[in-house]
Amino acid sequence: MKILRSIWHWIDDRTGLSETIGPLARHLVPPGAKWAYVFGSGTLFCFILQVVTGVGLSLLYQPSSEGAYESLKFITDQAAFGRVLRGIHFFGASGMIILVGIHMIRVYITASYKYPREMSWISGVFLLFLTIIMGFTGQLLRWDSNGVWSSVVAAENLGRIPLVGTTLARLLIGGDTIGAQSLSRFFSFHVFLFPALIFMFVGFHLYLVFRNGISEPPKAGRPVDPKTYRKWYDDMLKREGVPFWPDAAWRDTMFGALVILAIVGLAVMIGPPALTQPPDPSIVNTSPAPDWYMLPIFALFALMPPQIESFVIFVGPIVAVLSLLALPFVSGKGERSPIRRPWAVFGVVCVVIFVGSLLVVGEIEPWSPRFKTKPLAQFVHYASPKLQRGTVLFYKKGCQYCHQIKGYGGLKGPNLSAIGRTWTANQLAVRIVNGGGEMPAYGGILTKTELADLVFFLQMQK
Amino acid sequence: MSKNKADANDDSRRDFMMKVSLGLGGLAAVAVSVPVVGALIAPLLEAKPELWRSVGSPDEFPVGTTKLVTFENADPKTWAGTTARTAAWVRHEEDNKFTVFSVNCTHLGCPVRWEKDAELFMCPCHGGVYYKDGSVAAGPPPIPLPQYAVRVEQGQVQVGTAPIPITNFGDNSTV
Repeated sequence: MKILRSIWHWIDDRTGLSETIGPLARHLVPPGAKWAYVFGSGTLFCFILQVVTGVGLSLLYQPSSEGAYESLKFITDQAAFGRVLRGIHFFGASGMIILVGIHMIRVYITASYKYPREMSWISGVFLLFLTIIMGFTGQLLRWDSNGVWSSVVAAENLGRIPLVGTTLARLLIGGDTIGAQSLSRFFSFHVFLFPALIFMFVGFHLYLVFRNGISEPPKAGRPVDPKTYRKWYDDMLKREGVPFWPDAAWRDTMFGALVILAIVGLAVMIGPPALTQPPDPSIVNTSPAPDWYMLPIFALFALMPPQIESFVIFVGPIVAVLSLLALPFVSGKGERSPIRRPWAVFGVVCVVIFVGSLLVVGEIEPWSPRFKTKPLAQFVHYASPKLQRGTVLFYKKGCQYCHQIKGYGGLKGPNLSAIGRTWTANQLAVRIVNGGGEMPAYGGILTKTELADLVFFLQMQK
Repeated sequence: MSKNKADANDDSRRDFMMKVSLGLGGLAAVAVSVPVVGALIAPLLEAKPELWRSVGSPDEFPVGTTKLVTFENADPKTWAGTTARTAAWVRHEEDNKFTVFSVNCTHLGCPVRWEKDAELFMCPCHGGVYYKDGSVAAGPPPIPLPQYAVRVEQGQVQVGTAPIPITNFGDNSTV
């Protein structure tokens, strides 16, 4: 024991560790900084978890277009604890994205971005987008057919940027087509480039905490005045501040530990997302869908009018980034309390409902044809051969991919279970032949008899 | 007096050396950046050969049908594995007249599938639909399905390799 202590004294004397870190760990924080303040450090814990499990995965992963998918199968099915490791990395990513969102909402609701913490907000905006990019590139590294097609979708998105779109798309996938260079790039981005940027911005983000102190819990009627704030804050800290370590840090530590335990629990119980088909771009019978955290964007692309789509894909992200960056300059002082900023709270509620709804609708995917729907004729039988032919055609001609009858079929078009009550045979025939709106014109596809059978069948749906 | 002058000399000399060191540092940074940025943009600098790939003899494609073919991209690397493949939909319009459609939906690039009985191409991602001639039937696609070059030579249907078609900003404006 004595020896250990003298070794530590030697190290501490020569390195000055406790001299340097001690004051930082014990820096004074406002006394009210309690459970609302754990989400930033929770995000950081998730990031560290991602780095550690990422290193673990890289020991087993094969970063090549040819080998990645096979190594994923190896990690999932054979490697010791590989399945859990993948699971932790997946739920860790999910946790990081959720926590970065909650942290951001907390900072916005309590207006902690106001003077003098504008740069904390700005570096936070960069960290938010870096986190989302990490989520997306990580999903590509699974390199199943979802990974391949997600990278094509990303390339197509970049392609909508005026003038340089095609060039950026080619740069992203590493050539004219998906191929040998694609995965190497995503690997490099996900494992080296973006993590390095996150380390950089996290370091800066934390440095700013020491420089400006964490924001005190807001109080209605105590606005931020840049002329007096710093002095007021320093006096307040001297008067009633508590040392971060240990008075406040235990909450961060406990929350971080619980988050990580929950992630490990989910990884053990649920496991990582299943792999889809192999990364072969010639397998076209596949239905690519992104991981849950990208679903809102996926849903937005399906739901917005196609006319404005290029514009939104190009201008949307720019406007989003610029308005987030502009926030602390537009409202850099004044009231911080959410009670005095009802519109800010209302805005947050709207954004949360909007993104949440997109997530739910993205999960349902009503706009996607249901290729897997079972032919209606398997469940419904008619004595009349004409009606039976119509039932068969309803599936065969693709109607059922988008329309539901008696609970079978897609959600893209209207449910036709009772169409016969309101639509006449003539109306039905005109609509089928000419299409309209979101429906193809079947005029050139159906024979006269087929059309008659189909119309008759639909008329009987009452 | 002379001492002051020496100080002034020192100052200007230090100033000069500082500038030289910054310049050299900048030069070193540029020298390193060139190959690194080169690696980043390498795919743009490569020659892009356009090759004809045989996908079968004409009688494998009955007139009026649309069939999926798979061919290898131009210049695939050995570590590309299955990703070196591209699929396309070959349609035999009439006697030895072929049309070859890209499988990439013009909306966001997902693979469209041919529904034989409905005679429609359908996209699983956002519900884009195309007629058998590749024109848009429904859904968000801004432009028809792109086509590959095709010819019949030496008793084989041959498809010209091409980049993945990328829909650009202005392609929507005509909708």
